[in-house]
Amino acid sequence: MNGKRQRSLRRRTLRGGYLPDQRWRGLVLALGLVFWAGGVLAQGFAGLGAREDGYAQVAPGAFDFPADHGAHPGFRIEWWYITANLTGEDGTEYGVQWTLFRSALRPGGMVDQQAWMGHAALTTPDRHFVAERLGRGGTGQAGVSGEEVFSAWIDEWAMAGRDIGTVDLVAQGPDFAYELRLAAEGPLVAQGKAGFSVKSASGQASRYYSQPFYGVDGVLTLPEGPVAVTGQAWLDREWSSQLLDADQSGWDWVSLHFDSGAKLMGFVLRDGGGGFTSATWIAPDGTPTPYGDGDLTMTPLERHRVAERDVPVVWRVELPARAVDVTITAMNRDAWMPTLVPYWEGPVTIKGSHQGRGYLEMTGYD
Amino acid sequence: MGLPVLSVENVTKTWGSGAEAHTVLRGVDLSLKAGASLALTGESGSGKSTLLHLIAGLDHADGGQITIDGQRMTALDDAGRAALRRSTVGVVFQQFNLIPSLNVFDNIAFQARLAGRADAPWAASLARRLGLEDHLRKFPEQLSGGQQQRVAIARTLAARPRLVLADEPTGNLDEDTGERVLDLMLGLVGETGTALLMVTHSPRLAARLDARAHLERGRITG
Amino acid sequence: MRRAALHALLSHWRRRPFQLLTLVLGLATATALWSGVQAINAEARDSYDRAASALGPAPRATITTPDRTPMDMAQFIALRRAGWLVSPVVEGTIATQGGPLRIIGIDPFTLPLADLPSGAGDDALTASFIGDTGPLIVAPETAARLAGAVLPPLIARQGVAPSLAYADLPVAQALLEMTGRISRLVVLDRQPLRRPALSDVAPGLVLNAPEDGTDMAGLTDSFHLNLTAFGLLSFAVGLFIVRGTIGLAFEQRRPVFRTLRALGLPARSLLALLLGELLVLALLSGALGIALGYLVASALIPDVAATLRGLYGASVEGTLSIRPIWWASGLAIAVLGTGLAAISSLWQVARLPLLAPAQPRAWARASESALAWQGGAAVFLALLSAATLTFGSGLIAAFVMLGALLIAAALALPLVLYAVMALGARLARAPLVQWFWADTRQQLPGLSLALMALLLALAANIGVGTMVSSFRLTFTGWLDQRLASELYVTAETDAQARALQTFLTGKTEAVLPIWHIDATLAGQPGEIYGVADHLTYRDNWPLIARTPDLWDRLARGEGVLVNEQLARRAGLWPGANVALRDWNPPVLGVYSDYGNPLGQVLVGIDSLVARYPEVERLQFGLRVAPGQIDGLRDALIADFGLPADRIVDQTSIKAFSLGVFERTFTVSRALNVLTLSVAGFAILTSLLTLAAMRLPQLAPVWALGVARRRLARLELLRALVLAGLTFVCAVPVGLLLAWVLLAVINVEAFGWRLPLFLFPRDWLWLGLLSLLAAGAAALFPAVRIARMPPARLLQVFAHER
Repeated sequence: MNGKRQRSLRRRTLRGGYLPDQRWRGLVLALGLVFWAGGVLAQGFAGLGAREDGYAQVAPGAFDFPADHGAHPGFRIEWWYITANLTGEDGTEYGVQWTLFRSALRPGGMVDQQAWMGHAALTTPDRHFVAERLGRGGTGQAGVSGEEVFSAWIDEWAMAGRDIGTVDLVAQGPDFAYELRLAAEGPLVAQGKAGFSVKSASGQASRYYSQPFYGVDGVLTLPEGPVAVTGQAWLDREWSSQLLDADQSGWDWVSLHFDSGAKLMGFVLRDGGGGFTSATWIAPDGTPTPYGDGDLTMTPLERHRVAERDVPVVWRVELPARAVDVTITAMNRDAWMPTLVPYWEGPVTIKGSHQGRGYLEMTGYD
Repeated sequence: MGLPVLSVENVTKTWGSGAEAHTVLRGVDLSLKAGASLALTGESGSGKSTLLHLIAGLDHADGGQITIDGQRMTALDDAGRAALRRSTVGVVFQQFNLIPSLNVFDNIAFQARLAGRADAPWAASLARRLGLEDHLRKFPEQLSGGQQQRVAIARTLAARPRLVLADEPTGNLDEDTGERVLDLMLGLVGETGTALLMVTHSPRLAARLDARAHLERGRITG
Repeated sequence: MRRAALHALLSHWRRRPFQLLTLVLGLATATALWSGVQAINAEARDSYDRAASALGPAPRATITTPDRTPMDMAQFIALRRAGWLVSPVVEGTIATQGGPLRIIGIDPFTLPLADLPSGAGDDALTASFIGDTGPLIVAPETAARLAGAVLPPLIARQGVAPSLAYADLPVAQALLEMTGRISRLVVLDRQPLRRPALSDVAPGLVLNAPEDGTDMAGLTDSFHLNLTAFGLLSFAVGLFIVRGTIGLAFEQRRPVFRTLRALGLPARSLLALLLGELLVLALLSGALGIALGYLVASALIPDVAATLRGLYGASVEGTLSIRPIWWASGLAIAVLGTGLAAISSLWQVARLPLLAPAQPRAWARASESALAWQGGAAVFLALLSAATLTFGSGLIAAFVMLGALLIAAALALPLVLYAVMALGARLARAPLVQWFWADTRQQLPGLSLALMALLLALAANIGVGTMVSSFRLTFTGWLDQRLASELYVTAETDAQARALQTFLTGKTEAVLPIWHIDATLAGQPGEIYGVADHLTYRDNWPLIARTPDLWDRLARGEGVLVNEQLARRAGLWPGANVALRDWNPPVLGVYSDYGNPLGQVLVGIDSLVARYPEVERLQFGLRVAPGQIDGLRDALIADFGLPADRIVDQTSIKAFSLGVFERTFTVSRALNVLTLSVAGFAILTSLLTLAAMRLPQLAPVWALGVARRRLARLELLRALVLAGLTFVCAVPVGLLLAWVLLAVINVEAFGWRLPLFLFPRDWLWLGLLSLLAAGAAALFPAVRIARMPPARLLQVFAHER
């Protein structure tokens, strides 16, 4: 009785709030986005453990730019993922996220069998704005072209420019908007072994490269008005057809800009045991050094209750090989993404052996 | 005086049949002349009312003969008996004599008109003499028991029947009222030369009639 | 004490099982007809709601072309890329082997799935829903109907509107032959911060305010109000029975009440016991009634569905689902009705003096004051009815007027009958005749409720019968005028249509294009037809208002004709102008257009083609000499190669139209017959009940020399006279009813006015029928009197009644 009432209350709350109706779940499954959500649904997750015939499989090798900046529809999943740490003229810190996901509905790489999903977020120290878009492939509503000029878009949201090193980033929701200019101040960085990023002991992997050296300036639009900002941004490009192992329930991922100019990418794929870790140390000149399972340690220090979940918002991150031992703290602990597939994503500040700022992403907390 | 108005010969009547058969009348003989009055007495259940109903043609006898004014009642069918009842016989019951839907005047005139002998002055005089002239527009349910019984008597006499049959006509009335109603009835019967057969269980009332017949175990005993 | 008292009270029903049966059946029938009608209405309303909320429970704003013709997918993309959150919808109806199917193509990527019915938005939307090979999501009953049709795979889900299928956009576009095109864009909630003006992004498109999707409910309101009125009438007729029976049972138990009170049972307890008894009876009868109502509704709903489809284009599946609310309301109405019927009897019990006379005054002569009250009420209601007719407007007012009229007539009936009886008694010469009238009059209070019920049923029957027959007469005449062409053909493509015109040259007297386009007329969906300038129209078209040189001016494009329902709804009579796309032509005339829910405008064919170049030019009416019809049809099939199902002859269309018409009134007629049966039953039970109380009235007359057989004949005659008089009273009431239906309610409900025709032969039959019913009802009591042993009659004089 009580449980029932609670459930109906929750249902009402959800309907009243931003989150679209739970019925979207069916579609989420359909779009094949679940694996990205970690273990949101056992059903969806189980499907990911099995290799699905017909999709292209990643293999180590050299990237083919600029073609690889564009879409790889033969693979099941792909994303263009930008996180930015920004500062206003008054010194206020902001975080911005712009993400375009591509997901194949069926194998074969046909344009009209692609589903596109955009996420945009703007985080201030005390507020967190989110918007989400979906679109069908092949209609022109969403897509990415990497050949002549670079352009990734869904609806009016766009990441576009002369090439991937110089792009304008635009997105908006009902209560926020941003327009940023991104200019790369360093080279593209291949993650893992020359862009082949292993995700589990049993060999799940993705093609993965980053542009962690964007300098940013632009304008954020908040309910109270426009704010001019500058800062730095990080692009992640990743595609795969089979990303997670069957017992992996989600991940915790960080991208850290150290004041020294060096960068660190690291993640833990959580499973029933100690998890699978991976990291890349990026020197200020862009030279990457990959670290395999066990080299990186991430330890939750403090949890925060958000969206009826307990999410770690303070972490200890250790990479002994580089004498890194830092504590990262969420700038806004409520940076929850109440999207179809919900997750936590927000800016962090770094203290300890190194100083700086970065982004934290945590999925599969359900 | 000629033929008797009523002649009952060896009349029998049995209720029910088989093991439950109950013989009420076992051969009754009676005779009544015009202008004469006869009291029929007997215990409760002795068959007085049954005999009266047979004479009135309201029911039919199992055996024997009833002759009224020269007509063999026992030989008639239902419609014939109804016609005889309409023209020759008048019945006054203990109660519930009147037609509820007609007023007093129409009740008094009803039987005379059915018999084709409507006589307005005669009916009016009867009403006056029975003390009903103030109640002519009333309906039966608006009258007392004594008044209703007087209306019944007036109605019977208004039709000038040859034979008046009365079944405990005062049985439902208090003694004074009953006495007065009986006085009126006897006076009018005598005046019109009508024969009267009255069933009563009261020896006192019986004594006021010309003759008396006692019914006991289905036979006239005295 | 209470236990003993209850036993004493209930023993009454054991002794009079027939009375109990009357009460239960009366209440059950009343509840059955009422709840049956309610069930039909609820089913239909649910269908409309589901259809109306096919895309979201709350209506959303839309973006369309000005005349709502389809637009290109590119315009959807342009709007999305400019920051307009819109979702494309393609919608249309296709013909399938299982009947028409409304297709709604949606884009699950942009449409909030909460907008879909709960069943459809759930697990049905898997990856397999998306793409060219996706399935259709339909209601289970629709799936059953479509079994075997050549369609994409069907997924059945509860909650989907009947005769509607959801499909992924490309699937729907393919089914509707609208590849790359969409019907409209739905504007979603929570638009982003910055959007350019619509005119900058998509000039030529317009933003429409949210439209209440309850068009269908509004359109069909009249139909359901009609049904409700019938249900109410039946319920009222049933209540007359219940009132009669309860009144009798209470009267007969007066001595018992008195004894119980004298023995010390408090009045409050007695009332409580009686209330409890009534409640149990009401619940039992109500449950029985609801079960019966379900049967009635199940039997009628296929016809209702057909009617709604034929008349309004509304989709209702021909099956009934059981709703708890319906059970509850059925029981409630049964209890309420019983309470209503018992209130005066209970009031009397509450005020029962302890030493009231023992003799029950059951059915005593009605008091003058009660009659006066009734007469006053009748006059008041008649005045109310007249006032509503004069000052009121709208469907509700029309029904108030009708209700007041009928109740006034029912209340006035006993007065009229009293007057007739009094007159009869005064004019009577023979004593038995005089007694007959007097006695009949005395019986009136006991029979008047049943007679009032009969009056209502007969009047309704005459009224509805007259309306239907008048309508049929008008409709068939109208069909002859309207369907003047001998053959109607529909080409499959524009090219084929052109070829067809060439092929037909010289083979017919005329080839009349029948081209039309859907449009919004006076704010509601409608259609624009083009007509050729031809004698067929000049000679036959059923005009009800016209201006000089109408056909010439129409051909020259100087004006348009509108149909009656549009004219009445929007006041578009000659002298007014119609707002069309970039055109505001004057109304030249108005024509009758029975059976069409839509507003319609008729323009010259040249104007249609010039102003609506996109119009489909596929349909033609062919004028052919009668002897050549079959030959031409064969030639079209064999020589030209037109499929046979694209050729329809006049006779078939007429037969089809009349079929739709007949089904439309099946429900009215069925309810009519049921109501009449209930009234007949009321007469039967009233007479049977009275028969048991007739002995004290009959015995003295019998004792005074009227044979039983003759009395029995008089009893039979009495019932016939009462029924006959009631019928005579019902005729004018019924005609008034018919007039209101034709001249007021039809105009409000359908938008057309019909002439009133009289059908005396029908009345004759109905009169005979009511005499037969009354005769049959009186026969049994009469025979019983004729065969009654004298001893029974004699008991009257010996026992206290």
